[in-house]
Amino acid sequence: MTVAAPTKPKNLKLVYQRPESLVDSATHYCPGCTHGIAHRLVAEVLDEMGLREKTIGIAPVGCAVLAYEYFTFDGVEAAHGRAPAMATGIKRVLPDRVVFTYQGDGDLASIGMAEIMHAAARGERITVIFINNAIYGMTGGQMAPTTLPHQVTTSSPRGRDVATQGYPIRMAEILANLDGAAYIVRRSLHDATNIRKAKKAIRLAFEAQVRDLGFSMVELLSTCPTNWGMSPVEAMEWVRDNMVPTYPLGDYKVAPELQKLRV
Amino acid sequence: MTRELMKGNVAMAEAAIRAGLDAYFGYPITPQSELLEWMSKRMPEEGRVFLQAESEVAAINMVYGAACTGARVMTSTSGPGISLMAEGISYIAGTEVPAVIVDVVRGGPGLGNIAPSQGDYRQVAHGAGHGDFFPIVLAPSSVQEAVDLITEAFDLAEKYRTVVFIVADGSIGQMMEPVSLPEPRAIQREAPDWAVTGAEGRPRRTLTSLYLQPEEEEEVNLRLVRRWREAEANEIRYREYYLDDAEYVVMGFGTAGRVALSAVRAARAQGIRVGLFRPVSLRPFPYQAVRELAEKAKAFLVVEMNGGQMLDDVKAAAQGQVPIRFYGRMGGVVPFPDEVLDEIHALVSEPPTLDEDPRARWLDNMQRRMS
Ligand SMILES: Cc1ncc(C[n+]2csc(CCOP(=O)(O)OP(=O)(O)O)c2C)c(N)n1
Ligand code: SF4
Repeated sequence: MTVAAPTKPKNLKLVYQRPESLVDSATHYCPGCTHGIAHRLVAEVLDEMGLREKTIGIAPVGCAVLAYEYFTFDGVEAAHGRAPAMATGIKRVLPDRVVFTYQGDGDLASIGMAEIMHAAARGERITVIFINNAIYGMTGGQMAPTTLPHQVTTSSPRGRDVATQGYPIRMAEILANLDGAAYIVRRSLHDATNIRKAKKAIRLAFEAQVRDLGFSMVELLSTCPTNWGMSPVEAMEWVRDNMVPTYPLGDYKVAPELQKLRV
Repeated sequence: MTRELMKGNVAMAEAAIRAGLDAYFGYPITPQSELLEWMSKRMPEEGRVFLQAESEVAAINMVYGAACTGARVMTSTSGPGISLMAEGISYIAGTEVPAVIVDVVRGGPGLGNIAPSQGDYRQVAHGAGHGDFFPIVLAPSSVQEAVDLITEAFDLAEKYRTVVFIVADGSIGQMMEPVSLPEPRAIQREAPDWAVTGAEGRPRRTLTSLYLQPEEEEEVNLRLVRRWREAEANEIRYREYYLDDAEYVVMGFGTAGRVALSAVRAARAQGIRVGLFRPVSLRPFPYQAVRELAEKAKAFLVVEMNGGQMLDDVKAAAQGQVPIRFYGRMGGVVPFPDEVLDEIHALVSEPPTLDEDPRARWLDNMQRRMS
């Protein structure tokens, strides 16, 4: 049986479609995981800015290791934590392309701490999408630098004890202190309102890059229902009730040129 | 062609620029820093990319990124930096993108010292990173040869989509010699058909070293092995000196080979029929040529500035066909020609036996020398 391709009925306005930047396929992400939402937001923004054909995306080591499979633009796969260095190498030789990294919290705030700090300090014209899900998703739910105090993980089975296992790292606050940063904000993906705000932030982050203003990062509070041992709905609520108080949402640095911008 | 007096590190840097280098990323470390410093001055003058990275880890990943765009790219460092780069080198190999790395070797292990050494032989020729891959490794014994090999290194890296190392011990980086530099090559090249440059008017391209299906990874592994066999067939390089009628063969690469050449010349003047075999490509190693010499020679003397790292490759090549004596200086000590000449005399007067362990006799001799 052949199925005719759906045609757009007359007199109806198209309000929703798969972004051109996104591949038409299922992802390997767990049900209720916000990685997929973050991918879609990036794809929508790049479509809207007409940047798809100029973009090179850099996948991390983490659950998003295959991110390049889901986008229709060019992509590479970095070593664990090294995406900002790899992005630097690409952007420096191709300064007129749009280069972004997509990194988890283990990738960015633990093993890749030096690379992210220095990329920001140098004001690399790259954009970073930082997925903070307070855990190492891919390797089975171990403690991340962003794990909350008392949070149980597979490597903090009695809950993160700050006396011996340290405190959560707030990357947006840290990076906002660096002069090379043009746009540093934290948003959350736990409900529709926040997702809309996250998209706007991603847009401004790419605007910072194409306007040559400096380094930009959007930290996105995200879920990992699988390793948190929660249903998707519980996970969204856990972000709202536990992560947001530890990781306040907001703008930590916005270059003056971006403050006036309406997107 | 006019010749200029240049320091090895500077000459290598300038040669790379003339070879059409698009981008350099590095981190300071003695005895290689003049290379980075030269790049910091010259690359911006040429409108090309220079960046001092925050670490060798970052530097090699910047190289990796730039290499993925098809750019001609390099870094330079010394042993401790190679250790940090191992991860990135492996990713570069797994992704099959070209890059050139200069290792100006110093004394080690650990922090060691900043004196010339050949202690990284095994690290680059047999290791260089995790997983199954072979880098091409070239070892110059003079500043001029370093310049010539740099130019070639970029072509080889691109031809085989591989990492190419130039292993220059600290003395080659630091000494000044007259050199003639090649004419500058044009930098404008078309991006290769695998390069990630933005999917403008074409389907997307991705570059990765991730192959989740074992069968798929195996296919990549086999491709790398096949490409390596091609390199083995075409890219073996060595120099022979006075070997035509030689009864005894001295073997050494880089500065050890150069010192040995002086000793061989002195021995020849004394009527000893000795020659020198100097591997230039440490990988692919000239196994066949060494094997053929093993069948003809009375004995080998292997001279190195390490504890016998190439010795093991020579032994593997010789397959027990020839007795071998070994002389190594370590820790950043460069042997004098007279020491090697003494070793040649000893090779003739008290020949090693086929079944003896060359390291054992060498260690005994070193012990006696120290006490
Ligand atoms: C050098 C190195 N060390 C460790 C690993 C194993 N590893 C893979 S993913 C990962 C953590 C990923 O966590 P995160 O960055 O938070 O991303 P998520 O999976 O949660 O999206 C680790 C430790 C690796 N691949 N490479
Ligand atoms: S393990 Fe967690 S972060 Fe990874 S895909 Fe599943 S839910 Fe998402």
